Amino acid sequence: MKKKFESIYDKLVVKSLTFILILFRVPSPVFGQSQPNPGTENWLTSPGVIGTIILIVIVVVIAIFILIVRLSSFIESMNKKGVVKKKMEFSEALIGLDDSEIDRILEQRKAALAFKLSGNELGSDESASDTKGVISKVTHDPENPLVDEKKKTKLNLEISDQLKKIIVWYLGASVFWLVFGTLIGQYVGMKFVWPEMDSVSWLSFGRLRPVHTNTVFWGWASMAMIGLGYYVIARTSNINLHSYKWAWRAWVLINISVLTGNILLLAGINNGGGEYREYIWPVALLFALGLIYTFLNFYKTVENRKISEIYISNWYILAGLVWTIVLVIIGYLPGYQDGLGETVIQGYYMHQGVGMWFMTFTLGLIYYYLPSTLNKPIYSYSLGVLAFWTQMLFYTLIGTHHFVFSPLPWWLQTVAIVFSAGMFIPVIAGTTNFLMTMRGSWGDISKSYVLPFFLVGVIFYFVGSTQGSLQAFRFTNFMWHFTDFNVAHSHMTMYGIITFILWACVYAILPKITGTEPRQFYVGVHFWLAFIGLFAYMISLMVGGTLKGLSWIDGEPFINSVVLMQPYWVWRAIGGSLMFISHLVFAYNFYVMVKIVKPINQEASILFKHSNV
Amino acid sequence: MFNFHKNHRSLVIVSLLVFMGLSILIAIVPAYQMQETQPLASMQALTSQEISGLKIYTSENCMACHTQQVRNIEMDNVWGERPSLASDYYYSKMRLDLWRQSPSLLGSERTGPDLTSIGKRQPGPEWHFLHLYNPRIVVVESIMPGYPWLFEEKNENEIHDNEVTIPVPKKFLKNKNKKIVATQKAIDLVIYLQSLKQASLTQENPEPFFIPSIKKKEATNTSANSSLPDGARLYMSTCAACHQADGKGLAGAFPPLAGSKIVTDENPELLIKIILQGYDARSEYGLMPGFAEQLSDEEIAAIVNHERSSWGNKAEAVKSEDVKEIRDYINTLNQ
Repeated sequence: MKKKFESIYDKLVVKSLTFILILFRVPSPVFGQSQPNPGTENWLTSPGVIGTIILIVIVVVIAIFILIVRLSSFIESMNKKGVVKKKMEFSEALIGLDDSEIDRILEQRKAALAFKLSGNELGSDESASDTKGVISKVTHDPENPLVDEKKKTKLNLEISDQLKKIIVWYLGASVFWLVFGTLIGQYVGMKFVWPEMDSVSWLSFGRLRPVHTNTVFWGWASMAMIGLGYYVIARTSNINLHSYKWAWRAWVLINISVLTGNILLLAGINNGGGEYREYIWPVALLFALGLIYTFLNFYKTVENRKISEIYISNWYILAGLVWTIVLVIIGYLPGYQDGLGETVIQGYYMHQGVGMWFMTFTLGLIYYYLPSTLNKPIYSYSLGVLAFWTQMLFYTLIGTHHFVFSPLPWWLQTVAIVFSAGMFIPVIAGTTNFLMTMRGSWGDISKSYVLPFFLVGVIFYFVGSTQGSLQAFRFTNFMWHFTDFNVAHSHMTMYGIITFILWACVYAILPKITGTEPRQFYVGVHFWLAFIGLFAYMISLMVGGTLKGLSWIDGEPFINSVVLMQPYWVWRAIGGSLMFISHLVFAYNFYVMVKIVKPINQEASILFKHSNV
Repeated sequence: MFNFHKNHRSLVIVSLLVFMGLSILIAIVPAYQMQETQPLASMQALTSQEISGLKIYTSENCMACHTQQVRNIEMDNVWGERPSLASDYYYSKMRLDLWRQSPSLLGSERTGPDLTSIGKRQPGPEWHFLHLYNPRIVVVESIMPGYPWLFEEKNENEIHDNEVTIPVPKKFLKNKNKKIVATQKAIDLVIYLQSLKQASLTQENPEPFFIPSIKKKEATNTSANSSLPDGARLYMSTCAACHQADGKGLAGAFPPLAGSKIVTDENPELLIKIILQGYDARSEYGLMPGFAEQLSDEEIAAIVNHERSSWGNKAEAVKSEDVKEIRDYINTLNQ
């Protein structure tokens, strides 16, 4: 009877997904049909590899573009040196003048200097005042001769002190977890090069690795997203947040969850080693409660909104919260998680953790912060809606692509691979939407410290997601599965997309609500260290991972693949160090932005007083 | 009702219900199905000692670097005789206790080798203890962390007879006068690792197969032309973990092959017999398992020739027929 139900179920699944039917035969629950494995001589020309290389090239091109824009303004300043030279020649000519000529010129000049305006030439006795707020800063002494002076934030937003405090504290906690989590990551990365750095049980690789991943996931990215989300929700609903108390409760719950979870992991107490659900269930429960408080708070705020439409950002943010709450519950409930049941859930959970939580929520943030930074509307609202529904339909089905060729059912693997390709739709829709919104504002990139972060994040959204789809193909699985390539991919996405976007949003909003801007030089240092670091990290592990996979296919002794990775692990550690240093700079910038919270009007009046406008 | 742009309630409820529906379809129902899988007839439940070993394996998060799945592709053939089946995980992937769920043994990264049949590849406990204390004692290039907290340092006179002393070479000792003794945790973990073997299939179960690689097939065609496989490579993957890549072995644990009389003897019979049957005649060294089931005649001949012609050893090559002869002789003795 049970067998019969199972086969009926299998068939139902197949029927409900009819358009992929042609791609696989009748599903067998254990293992599938034979598909001869392609030769590896031409691995370089396989579609997955070519696609990945093209995608990497795109990032390089964009990086070069940003660099050129910056350089051109530098070169411009160099050109000015030519002007100086001309002046020298001119003064030499002056020395050569004879006395009578000099006297004549001096007399002329004296008369000119003695000239005085009556004060009424413009026909007014009124004093000058900048009534439209056009002038934001007056200086006779530009700070930075190398690159363009960045525009100061034009708008200072008045928000309630309570909301401001919530946002600052959420972001503050997230900055702390970022620095802590990547310090651990950096240390773990160095262990690949010096495995004998320590022999303390609490610092061993197996225990530290989940501390790194869970801290940057639940501590850094989640706290930053929620903090930035509070502003979006309140602003786009045109109403105060439903409950400040709930927001604080969620803050406490999530932070306690990350703190205790990490201590338990260090002590060797984990949930069973499944990635991103290493925290045992009581700890995860605290996190889930934090999410539930946040969701109810957001939902109530949207419910009471003063505008009839629900802004697209709030679609993503509300759905991200709902989906993640469901996800945590499914990931931790017992009953179907013995044997390979756990593995099915693990594939589902770890992929949805990334897709339904970080990606969905962050997309919601881009839909608000990108247009508001550019001071123009999003290119297409409908594309955003299309991307929303396809994100939900396709992302949910692709978890098993982490277990291709495993003993999980072949049909489950095939569905995952097919819908991984389906992910092209939301990704292309989203990328197009963001790039078209940025179109016409490329010139602003050299004048803004926020836009480069957005640009890199959006490009990585396209590159990282598309590359992930290619990586799900069966051939690329031969070569890359189980290798360090996966680690490169996850940093390309969680760092290249999520983290860069979150930084963009932080730099976009914090100065506006605190009234204090970071030093643009340090924002630049932050950007370039993080970007170059990520690139070194990514490329070294991609190349190393590919060589490792090829060595395995070749049947070489396993230890050879460990030896061949050594130089790539060194480069990874170097890239990681740059990234970590950039986080220290970011933490400093954050400190500068929040340290003195003074009302903006006062600052402006002081400015006007001192600059004789 | 379904105006998602204006109706927040229907927006949230629809996205919740569709997501839950898809989740049930793609995760929960397949999970229930996989859980129904029964163990193979030849499998046995884990002993309590193996279970406590598995718990240490989990709490040290060994699955961060080690997989336990042989995929059904030929490159994974080195990790097991057959692709892993859902049934293989019946006993090992049960919920651990109230706080911890079923361990994620399949893993997602192979920074270290797959452990599906480590119990067969490295059957001797001596190797495991040394390797756990400090992996670089036995594998120089290894980057695995050592687990010294699973061992105790003791003075010679404090050691009881029933305790397991580990022959750690002097240069790996912090305190040169002390001896290293395995704690119960280390013993349990090693017993768990030794228990990792693929269960044999009975007739009721269909024989699973690897998806063959075209390239590999060509390779076997050429080896049919009486040329032997690459002995150096086979030595590295089968023998070097104990006897070391330089053939010098490890004092107190594994005998050297460089300059060994057995290896360079004119008559290779004893050497081939030891490889086929294993060896436990010398108490100062650990037990060597037999490789009769694991290696073919051609592979053994290739390894023997590598050993007889490397590290200063100079002895005549053997043929696969010689190995076959000795194997047949042993088989008749056993009958």
